[in-house]
Amino acid sequence: MTDRKPLGQQKPMESAAQRPKKPNAKPAKLGREVQARLGQQLRAMYDEVLNQGVPDRFAELINRLDGEGNKDKH
Amino acid sequence: MPMDDSVRKAVLAAVPSLRAFAISLCGNVDRADDLVQETLLRAIANIDSFQPGTNMSAWLFTILRNHFRSEYRKRRREVEDGEGRYADSLKSQPEQHGQVEFREFREALALLPSDQREALVLVGASGFSYEEAAKICGCAVGTIKSRVNRARKRLAELMSIDGADDFGPDEQTRAVLAGRD
Repeated sequence: MTDRKPLGQQKPMESAAQRPKKPNAKPAKLGREVQARLGQQLRAMYDEVLNQGVPDRFAELINRLDGEGNKDKH
Repeated sequence: MPMDDSVRKAVLAAVPSLRAFAISLCGNVDRADDLVQETLLRAIANIDSFQPGTNMSAWLFTILRNHFRSEYRKRRREVEDGEGRYADSLKSQPEQHGQVEFREFREALALLPSDQREALVLVGASGFSYEEAAKICGCAVGTIKSRVNRARKRLAELMSIDGADDFGPDEQTRAVLAGRD
């Protein structure tokens, strides 16, 4: 098992057409710690929205649309 | 269109995740909620084309993503500097985006090209497999993998910049767009 995988040293697959230019050409520290931290922050940010549940606006919308197609039901 | 109770529940259950994805796509809660609403309208109008037994969440994500893309194309002129506008929209409503400690991360995420951002979010946060993400984005699995890798690498670069105090979207966006060293 490799202990530290220097992902940052992989050849970047930048497409020239897509990115103007890398502002920072020095190799990034992309060890596992950084990866883990990024993943954690991404999920934390996402979960913050998940934890808001279903806003009433959407529950009402779904019920209303469902009701429209289903008029003989209450 | 009347829906099965199980279908209605599945649509409802997907809403929080759809919102989180939409916010990550457009960086603006109000616009994201409009996007979710338009997605739900389309989905329910076309609920017949949903194949029971398949992943409702992936189906809805596909609709949302396609709708976002076509809207985005329409507004391309307006959002020519897409990344910069995204970053600006984050800045203009920081409190809606919650905790301060994620600010740096959000700003870095905002600087990614949108195809990398969506791939990273689908795989890294929404919990889709590479295969599912590829289906949602209508591209090859290898394309998703490479987008995710580039996104991670770029984020790590952006996040490990020294002097985080100086790290603001404006300066960073200009640097990225200008290709300044």
